[in-house]
Amino acid sequence: MALPNRVPSYLTQGRVGNIVSIEFTIAASRGATLRISLFITCYNDTLFPRTGQSVVRVLERLGHTIDFPPGQTCCGQMHYNTGYQAEAMPLLQRFVDQFAHAEAVVIPSSSCVAMMRDHYPKMASQIDDPNLEAAVAQLLPRVFEFSEFLTNRLNLEDVGAYYPHRVTYHASCHGLRNLALGDGPMRLLNKVRGIDLVQLPALDQCCGFGGTFAIKNPDVSTAMLAEKTGAILSTNAEVCTACDNSCLMHIQGALHRQHTGIKTLHLAEILAGEEAASR
Amino acid sequence: MKDEQLRNNVHHATDVIQAKRARVVSEMPDWQQLREAGKQIRQHTMQYLDVYLQQFETNCTRAGGVVHWAKDAAEARTIVLHLVKASGSNEVIKIKSMTTEEIALNPALEEQGIHPYETDLAELIIQLGHDRPSHIVVPALHKNRQQIREIFQREMHLADLGDRPEDLADAARLFLREKFLRVKTGISGANFLIAETGGVCIVESEGNGRMCLTLPDTLIAIAGIDKILPRFQDLEVMLQLLPRSATGERMNPYNSIWTGIHPGDGPKNFHVILMDNARTEILADSESRQTLNCIRCAACQNACPVYRQTGGHAYGSVYAGPIGAILTPQLQQMHHAQSLPYASSLCGACYEVCPVKINIPEVLIHLRNKVVEQNTAGLAGAFDMEALAMKTMAAIFQDEHRFRAAQRLGRMAETLLPSTNGWITWLPGILGGWTQARDLERMPKQTFRDWWEKRETNDR
Repeated sequence: MALPNRVPSYLTQGRVGNIVSIEFTIAASRGATLRISLFITCYNDTLFPRTGQSVVRVLERLGHTIDFPPGQTCCGQMHYNTGYQAEAMPLLQRFVDQFAHAEAVVIPSSSCVAMMRDHYPKMASQIDDPNLEAAVAQLLPRVFEFSEFLTNRLNLEDVGAYYPHRVTYHASCHGLRNLALGDGPMRLLNKVRGIDLVQLPALDQCCGFGGTFAIKNPDVSTAMLAEKTGAILSTNAEVCTACDNSCLMHIQGALHRQHTGIKTLHLAEILAGEEAASR
Repeated sequence: MKDEQLRNNVHHATDVIQAKRARVVSEMPDWQQLREAGKQIRQHTMQYLDVYLQQFETNCTRAGGVVHWAKDAAEARTIVLHLVKASGSNEVIKIKSMTTEEIALNPALEEQGIHPYETDLAELIIQLGHDRPSHIVVPALHKNRQQIREIFQREMHLADLGDRPEDLADAARLFLREKFLRVKTGISGANFLIAETGGVCIVESEGNGRMCLTLPDTLIAIAGIDKILPRFQDLEVMLQLLPRSATGERMNPYNSIWTGIHPGDGPKNFHVILMDNARTEILADSESRQTLNCIRCAACQNACPVYRQTGGHAYGSVYAGPIGAILTPQLQQMHHAQSLPYASSLCGACYEVCPVKINIPEVLIHLRNKVVEQNTAGLAGAFDMEALAMKTMAAIFQDEHRFRAAQRLGRMAETLLPSTNGWITWLPGILGGWTQARDLERMPKQTFRDWWEKRETNDR
């Protein structure tokens, strides 16, 4: 399909190198009903339940059934990235226990998926348990970030959404670089009815969140954030969306402090929009 | 963060270099293969470093050079001082070298009454301005033209100096030419040491380096042992990767390879100091060994959003930016610079541009783990507040019932915080870093799992 010319060309090119390559099973799954296991992530569960509800709505609307393993908690990213790797190990084990038999795992957070793809294999190899290493290797190809699941696993762009607002898309670093989501999220948004999609300048720049970085280095984090909110304001968008609520919470914090009136919404919440129940 | 002029200078300069780099990289269809080749060459070199170092020593010696081994900065300085004194000169001309910055060579020379002249234009600006480099490749990147003019006016006694680039270059040229012709001892770093030939490779843009390599009677090159390349042929890869990544040039204007001595041509005495200075310790750590693959192009600095905000001096170390954040703590055996591994949002821009594919975020995380291990060791470690919080969180995440209870408790505790229209504008203690410039929306009344359970119950 043709992209609007405001999408920069580098987004449409597959990125090579750097990336842990995952063999996706590109099955033409339209029509086939999948049982999808949702890993909501700890912070979405606690702070952004509407994102999870929207993921459920979109996937059920597409005819799939959702399973929510109740023993799930956290992927261990905060611990691992802050230097508490020993504390992250049991969380890897827990994730595998909960999801080993899933047909597909969908996670509405790029950074949690990146945590698993980039670090779980190495972590598993450090635990003296060959079964775990094999289980991780078998499970990871079935783990998808939400937008990636729609575009790469279901081969969909139009998910029947309606959202009559001016929207700009923030590419989170983990989505952009670690998962190589490329133009996937933009292709999904582009098919939303009524949407006025506008390109965010300096798309590849970090918003300055970086987990504990935002608290450990608040001055630098804030300066990075100011550039990001400046870019968002320049688009005149009503809504800034992304595949990570962590970035959005950070961005929203400044947009609210500055009384901009701009909302942030996870991609799933836009794709859940329907004409009858338009917001 | 408060120096607006410095931040503007850094922003502007890194924007310009990044745009140039992007242009010359995009014209290379095989850039990713080149990066992979660069990585493989560097990895292989580190794996057999002992072999290649000895090979370099043999070949350099055969060509008439003298190889010295220095285990640390102090030893390297002592060897240099000895060699300079033996050359009979109380002045030296210097090629830009981060390694000499690493060992703080200039103050050591001055202490012994030896005057070093930096001949790289940017290093000259730094030296005359009594400043420190803030960038590996462009050390005076934090200074703009007006500031450079002021330094030259003051230090070269040129009251009428204009502010056009030509004026400044002219002033530097006149100042340096006289030194090139007078001073008979030169000191250089090295971009690469070629094991196969014993040659020292130096790439540069200005030609001053070529002067330092050819005019003195005595030439002393100081290099970290990580600068080795196995074969002459490996330059084919490196000399494509380095200039495009460093300065956005297709090739460096001056590429010099100096191999031993040649009667009637160039220096009569040629010394190479091979310095360890904690590099073998980095080599011993399989998780961070890739740090040594660095070819000092500084593409990671230009791409780093943290560096672009703070400039190089904020890192408090000779090597700044992402590579500095992983290299410096390791060069100091993790004794200092505990904060450097945390000076990153782990955005991955550094890894994306690295010409030899050093996974800097991965090494940062590895070093964070080392910092945590240090901070939580012993009795004092048992009272480390961050560690306590992290361990508590980990215990909570290990059981979904505990997690649920913590979610409820968090919601209750949150009601104690003041808020306006559902937004919290102040957080206590360390969390205040968040509300410095950001608000926080109140927690929703219902977690996702509560909603899900209710929905499942109603369905039944």
